[in-house]
Amino acid sequence: MSPGTREPSLSAAATWSAPDPVNQPMIRHFVEAVGDENPVYVDAGAARSAGLPGVVAPPAMLQAWVMRGLKATQELERARAGGRGRAGTAPASAQDEVLARLDAEGFTSVVATNCEQEYFRPLVLGDHLSASSRVESVSDEKKTALGPGRFVTTLTEMFDQAGELVAVMRFRLLKFRPAAPSATTAATSAGATAGAATAGAATAGAAAAGAPARASREDLGAGMRPGPVLTRDNAFFFEGARLGKLLVQRCSSCGTLRHPPAPSCAACRSLEWDAVESCGRGVVYSFAVVHHPQVAGFEYPLVVALVELEEGTRLVADLEGVAPADVRIGMAVEVGFAPLSPEIALPVFRPSAPSRK
Amino acid sequence: MSFHGPAFAGTTAIAGIGATEFSKDSGRSELRLAVEAVGAALDDAGIAPSEVDGLVTFSADTNPEIEVARSLGMGELTFFSRIHYGGGAACATILQAAMAVASGVASVVVCYRAFNERSGHRFGTGVQSGFAAPTAENAQFSWYAPFGLLTPAAWVAMFARRYMHMTGATGEDFGRVAVADRRHAATNPAAWFYRRPITLADHQESRFIVEPLRLLDCCQESDGAQALVVTSLEMARDLRHSPAVVRAAAQGSGAGQHMMTSYYSGDLLRLAEMEVVARQLWGSAGIGPADVQTAVLYDHFTPFVLYQLEELGFCPPGEAKDFVRDGNIELGGALPVNTHGGQLGEAYIHGMNGIAEAVRQVRGSAVNQVPDVEHVLVTAGTGVPTSGLVLGVDR
Repeated sequence: MSPGTREPSLSAAATWSAPDPVNQPMIRHFVEAVGDENPVYVDAGAARSAGLPGVVAPPAMLQAWVMRGLKATQELERARAGGRGRAGTAPASAQDEVLARLDAEGFTSVVATNCEQEYFRPLVLGDHLSASSRVESVSDEKKTALGPGRFVTTLTEMFDQAGELVAVMRFRLLKFRPAAPSATTAATSAGATAGAATAGAATAGAAAAGAPARASREDLGAGMRPGPVLTRDNAFFFEGARLGKLLVQRCSSCGTLRHPPAPSCAACRSLEWDAVESCGRGVVYSFAVVHHPQVAGFEYPLVVALVELEEGTRLVADLEGVAPADVRIGMAVEVGFAPLSPEIALPVFRPSAPSRK
Repeated sequence: MSFHGPAFAGTTAIAGIGATEFSKDSGRSELRLAVEAVGAALDDAGIAPSEVDGLVTFSADTNPEIEVARSLGMGELTFFSRIHYGGGAACATILQAAMAVASGVASVVVCYRAFNERSGHRFGTGVQSGFAAPTAENAQFSWYAPFGLLTPAAWVAMFARRYMHMTGATGEDFGRVAVADRRHAATNPAAWFYRRPITLADHQESRFIVEPLRLLDCCQESDGAQALVVTSLEMARDLRHSPAVVRAAAQGSGAGQHMMTSYYSGDLLRLAEMEVVARQLWGSAGIGPADVQTAVLYDHFTPFVLYQLEELGFCPPGEAKDFVRDGNIELGGALPVNTHGGQLGEAYIHGMNGIAEAVRQVRGSAVNQVPDVEHVLVTAGTGVPTSGLVLGVDR
């Protein structure tokens, strides 16, 4: 939602030229390394048959063309080591200055969170790129699973030899203050792991398909599947999910259940509430099968269901363990839980065992 | 509802319309698009910028009233307001401008919407709730985004599936809306899809975006701007074009309203917000569905056009599928819908280009002119708090 705090002083751009033009040897090494056998990257005839002007570079190689190379990088490192923060030394890039400032604020660790690339035309052999890069935004301080930190987004524009914009790349990294390992954190992680194991057992049939995605989600941490925006009104739901409970908010005065949560009861206006644990069983009231756009952290096609719980409230959650073509409105489902991060878990439904129908 | 209707009904009019070209990459700033469209609308009306004293836009718009006013050499403003809830704001800009004029707060109010929705920020790419501030407005996405329900297409698909299940409507019935829109766009030189009609087979072969919605069920993403000038009917009568009289205008939010996700009560077969709008429109205009010769129904996604036909009373609940099967929504049918091509065919300017088409139908200057137009109905974004208009000829 929010693109973060824009700081005009960060907008000075660094520009440089690619050391080499787009060339067949580098492309060949790349496609062999990643195992991409599409002939348009190596065979001019095949490329022309596909309607392309000739051999093209794999789009994913974009960043490779404008990497400065080892020597230039070492020179940059030396300049940084000798000149950081001092006037009159080798000019550091805007990004270096931003990162140095964040180091000074105590955000000394770094993790790359995500990278978005947009291509305006295929790159062909002989194209010679130049790049212009600047820090686009630095977020406010965020609480993340890794510790408090700030997200830095760098925008790099790539131009061809004629000065035409051919691609843009947004690279986001998190500069964070590593949380000191403590008894509490260790206990929390252990709890989350145990919770994950329980959820895995509860959704045994779905585990084969679901587990690898969850593992990679956890490994990559921030920047993967979008997490919930936690407020004082809704945090209890996700806290419950982390503990393996599907909670429904209940008015303490009149007992009316409500979802999504709200600060007061629409029936009696009471501000007092607690939550009850749902039995976790319900039926599919409606569902959608998502194909596009495809976002990191999800497996497609993705079945998302609107489930009507036995308690009467409805909620949206993923439906696993059933092929998209086999999902039916009215199908009986039951809840399990999947970790999104060490701190957040989400309910996920799967078809009820036939014996329980 | 008041017996006499609101003060602006029948006393205010749209006196000018102006737009930029509709494209996928305008190559210009959103502010420049706004300035061009507002300037064109004033020229169309024959009003100088210095006469403007009110501006209205969407809260989703990035172009502040004061930037537009300064750029065009407008002087003092006495009325400015922005309307919330995305495309649901479209007809409400006219409502609020007409209220300001009828109450004497302003005399010439320009409504505008300008964006580079294709080359800049695209709504179809989905929400990224993880980085958002913990406001109530952002927190609502917590019930969808972590589960992969990230886009308007996905939110609407949940309704569409239930609607098919309960009414027997099919994907082809949704497709008939797209075919009608594209047929109309094919003869509209201003439309992105000018001369590019589609068949029902094309629709059925287009890929799924979020089942049951296919690519051709989803509106375009466009760059462009549209502006409309609202004055008193009396003033409009002395200007260049015959006035498009504001017969009725209304906003509506339903009980249990959410942002395109009103999933938690009711049967997902109605658009409660549009029912609120319809009741007010028919009440204050003193007419009914049979008195409308053509309609501009907000078509971000085809299923909600079927819902609207039912909610507005053009056919009974659950029977829109039969209504569209009989060709009623195409030129020559009982109710030609989106004669400019709609947002699937002409451009997605958040509903504002549809109001301009209604003005052209009232003036008699539309490229796909419907004969003997007396009243045109226009609606705004559905599934969200919305708005609607009835424009009429000056009698």
